[in-house]
Amino acid sequence: MLQLSDIITWIHEFLSANIPAEWAVKLIEYVLVGLGFLTLYALIALFLIIFERKICAYFQCRLGPNRVGPWGIFQVIADMVKILLKEIIPLKHNDKLLYYAAPFIVIMGSLLTFGGLQFAKGVHGVDFNIGVFYLLAVSSISIIGVMLAGWSSNNKYSLIGAMRSGAQVISFELSACLSMMAMVILCGSMNLSDMMESQGRLWFIFQAPIPAFIGMVIYLIAAHAETNRGPFDLPEAESELTAGYHVEYSGITFGFFYVGEYCNLFINAAIGALVFLGGWQPLHFPGCEGFNAVMDYIPSCVWFFGKTLLLIFLSLWVRWSFPRLRIDQLLHLEWKIMLPFSLFNILLMAVLVANGWVF
Amino acid sequence: MIKYFTNIFSGIVNLLKGMKVTGKVLISPAVTQPYPEKRDELKPKDRFRAELTMPHNASNEHKCTACGICAMNCPNQTIQVTKNKITDENGKPKIILDQYLYDIGSCIFCGLCTRVCPQGAIEFTTNFEHAVYTRSKLVKQLNQPGSKKMEVAKPAAAQQKVDAEPKQNNENNQ
Repeated sequence: MLQLSDIITWIHEFLSANIPAEWAVKLIEYVLVGLGFLTLYALIALFLIIFERKICAYFQCRLGPNRVGPWGIFQVIADMVKILLKEIIPLKHNDKLLYYAAPFIVIMGSLLTFGGLQFAKGVHGVDFNIGVFYLLAVSSISIIGVMLAGWSSNNKYSLIGAMRSGAQVISFELSACLSMMAMVILCGSMNLSDMMESQGRLWFIFQAPIPAFIGMVIYLIAAHAETNRGPFDLPEAESELTAGYHVEYSGITFGFFYVGEYCNLFINAAIGALVFLGGWQPLHFPGCEGFNAVMDYIPSCVWFFGKTLLLIFLSLWVRWSFPRLRIDQLLHLEWKIMLPFSLFNILLMAVLVANGWVF
Repeated sequence: MIKYFTNIFSGIVNLLKGMKVTGKVLISPAVTQPYPEKRDELKPKDRFRAELTMPHNASNEHKCTACGICAMNCPNQTIQVTKNKITDENGKPKIILDQYLYDIGSCIFCGLCTRVCPQGAIEFTTNFEHAVYTRSKLVKQLNQPGSKKMEVAKPAAAQQKVDAEPKQNNENNQ
């Protein structure tokens, strides 16, 4: 069956056969990979925006956008054109350099994370021995952009929003990382390719059901809080802070924050799918050869995007169900509930793995 | 210590209950009705107040006694009731309705007029397409030309019943 990796190999062979210089082939491939990631990034953001608008409409018994194109699917294209044409309003008395650099840092943080993800069998930007560590480290770069945006806007609301965002993201980062560490203990490697390989037999969530499930719930809550969405949208609390850290941004500079938010949603769901639900690996159970063979017929990228979409849907469900938390409730949830649980989870996982009590 | 765990457990259970509620809403059909596409099959809610009308029966009779309570209660002077004094066949002077003018351009659809009407002579309907090119067309005469007051049965009991009925209806509408 045709896999995405076959197409990539074919392109590589085609270029190598036609261009004699090796450095030129590499240069062209780098450019192609970069373009591919940027396109995917934009497409995913556009898709997620229309997906969220539709899902949110159904949660409120509405129809959602339905005028532009069939089922309103071209509404996001129209919105994108509109935001590209809008004026970027310059501010007086602010830090110009930081003000204009902040949206790029936010975009850069999530785009760097894209490189570390594995989209299908053999389709990934970088693959090295600290893959999980890289994903966690790079995905929190965007908080620097958020803080800079809040600080350089010279606006009280922005500053309060950015400070809340900082407190929130830095504290929830802890339990997200700790719940990932439990899975690293189970796998014995931080390399994402190794993780995928060991999930080919059975997904991690089934290999050690109890600690993996606790870890997954903790990771999903923490990741949801890191995206500043849903019940944890204190940094943007529109009733208190108008829009939080990006209140002074307009036009495409605001668009960068907006796209970055949706791509962070995708990235968090994708990391969850990769580490807990087996990424692009089909659903396999040891012993059921016929079932496994049938599951192998579904392409690996469909598995990956399907699982990611499932987790995104879960995130939207939570977002449109619960009211916003107060800042002290938020920090109570993280430091007094989720952090002890994720530490206990690591211990539990270590005990299980040390005694070999995993499937 | 036990309270810490029971709190977390009950919190999770309550969150799941909330998600169950929103999940049910998610799969229930949308209440939005696409307007120009499904214009013929629109089903507005009964309580929707869109236009004041005066129902007439088959023999072109209405219930309005031209008392003017509706016009007095209207916050915007939307309603203008002009009355005529005539002498009936018994030689008694009698006030009848001449013109019932309703300016939909200044109506705020509060429903006070239908609520106070002692006869239940006027009511709101769900026809909402009022777009016209000149404002003068927004002023409508509600009593049809040549219509007259509905004759009600003379006995006092029947009279009371007619009086009481619209009030009850209006209370239900609130």
